[in-house]
Amino acid sequence: MTAAAVAARVTDPEMPMLTLADLGILRAVDESADGVVVTITPTYSGCPAMQTIRDDLTAALREAGYPRVEVRTVLTPAWTTDWISAAGRDKLAAAGISPPGAAPRRAAGPVPLTLAPSRRAVSCPQCGHPDTEEIAAFSATACRSLRRCPVCREPFEHVKEI
Amino acid sequence: MSFDAAYEALTDHDDDARWAYGTGFADPLAGVDTTVPADVDRADLSAYCLALGDDALIMSHRLQQWVTRAPELEDELALANIALDLLGQARLLLSRAAEVEDAGRDEDVLAYQRDAAEFRNVRLAERTDADFAHLVARLLVFATWRLALLDRLTASGDPVLAAIGAKGVKEVTYHRDYAAQWVVRLGDGTPLSHERMQAAVDAVTPLIGELFRPHPTEVRLAAVAVAVDPSALRPEFDAVWAQVLKAATLRPAADVPDEADSGVSASVAQDGADRGGSSGGPAGAGRTDFAPDGGGRDGVHTAALADILAELQGVARSLPGSEW
Ligand SMILES: [Zn+2]
Repeated sequence: MTAAAVAARVTDPEMPMLTLADLGILRAVDESADGVVVTITPTYSGCPAMQTIRDDLTAALREAGYPRVEVRTVLTPAWTTDWISAAGRDKLAAAGISPPGAAPRRAAGPVPLTLAPSRRAVSCPQCGHPDTEEIAAFSATACRSLRRCPVCREPFEHVKEI
Repeated sequence: MSFDAAYEALTDHDDDARWAYGTGFADPLAGVDTTVPADVDRADLSAYCLALGDDALIMSHRLQQWVTRAPELEDELALANIALDLLGQARLLLSRAAEVEDAGRDEDVLAYQRDAAEFRNVRLAERTDADFAHLVARLLVFATWRLALLDRLTASGDPVLAAIGAKGVKEVTYHRDYAAQWVVRLGDGTPLSHERMQAAVDAVTPLIGELFRPHPTEVRLAAVAVAVDPSALRPEFDAVWAQVLKAATLRPAADVPDEADSGVSASVAQDGADRGGSSGGPAGAGRTDFAPDGGGRDGVHTAALADILAELQGVARSLPGSEW
């Protein structure tokens, strides 16, 4: 297997239904005579999974016969949920997590303030009802908000658009 | 699975010992191109990264203290996540400060082995919160100011600061929304919540002025387009602050002197002879720089910072170099 294929199969520790490739944080895998250089980007500045991801990448590549592995971090361009693949979105939905919509486009000028809970049209991953309410902008991780469906009454997590 | 096996499962893929108290993790800038632009003064750049990192580190710690004390589980999660974002920003900035300084220190040394007078955070970050209304007022001020700052930092001539800014903008946008929505909910709520929210707004107002006073380091770095001159952030801050207060049916606090000007900080016991007591109003109409006693950017802090550091650094200082 190529180093790129091995790296692409490593999963995210906090959303293990997604591979690093699905999540869009795997930016490059370069193989050379000197070894493998894997380039990743963090989802959030404080993402506590980054160290585990580095270790998991190194371990998976070593096991696949690539003893020399260097994991590099790039901070720019900053990760956006738009980089989550179509397959990744399907896997999130199958796990009951509502995938993100399109990331907000910044207009010129100051970042706009949102004074009311976001009124994005997010459909319920359980029953498909098209309009759900936000309970909290943050949940088990910074990247997910907590929402509730008014029809089936089920709470669910939604990957926030950033 | 026995407890021992569970422990091994947590640690077996990584032979590196961890600090008992700290991160022990890879430098968060590992593999990032960290070249310093040629025309930038390294001491200034290091000091600037340290100040912005200290703001995030100390604010993060204060937010962490709310976990188990917030009104609802959802708010504990929100505050913990906001604290984590800021801790991530702090790690990047302290790592950058240490690397540019090039004196053999790292993020752990900077976080755990400095005394209060060596910290450069604004006093707003260290202030204790009397209640939840005080917390959301302080968080709104902090996030509004920091969002405006990070947004301009994306154009910094230092590529690492620009990248930290771009990432941080996305995060702090959510922090500001969270705080603003709570200020509106409490301000435009019951008579009691309105009264307490108003008291919190009044209490945080004397800490606002310090945020916009340029430190000489910031002035020099802004001149070479690396730092943001904080005085340029004031109009954006004032617009957001007024928008939220109006929606929350709150009034701006009466014209109060800035705390750093009025010499009321707990740790700065001065005789006040040159301060004009309470008769003069805000000191120094023509002021271009810090008040005589300085502010957090000069290492002049309140006793609240010493309390935070006692908690933050206690284990690291009592068991130096410990690993597990
Ligand atoms: Zn439903």
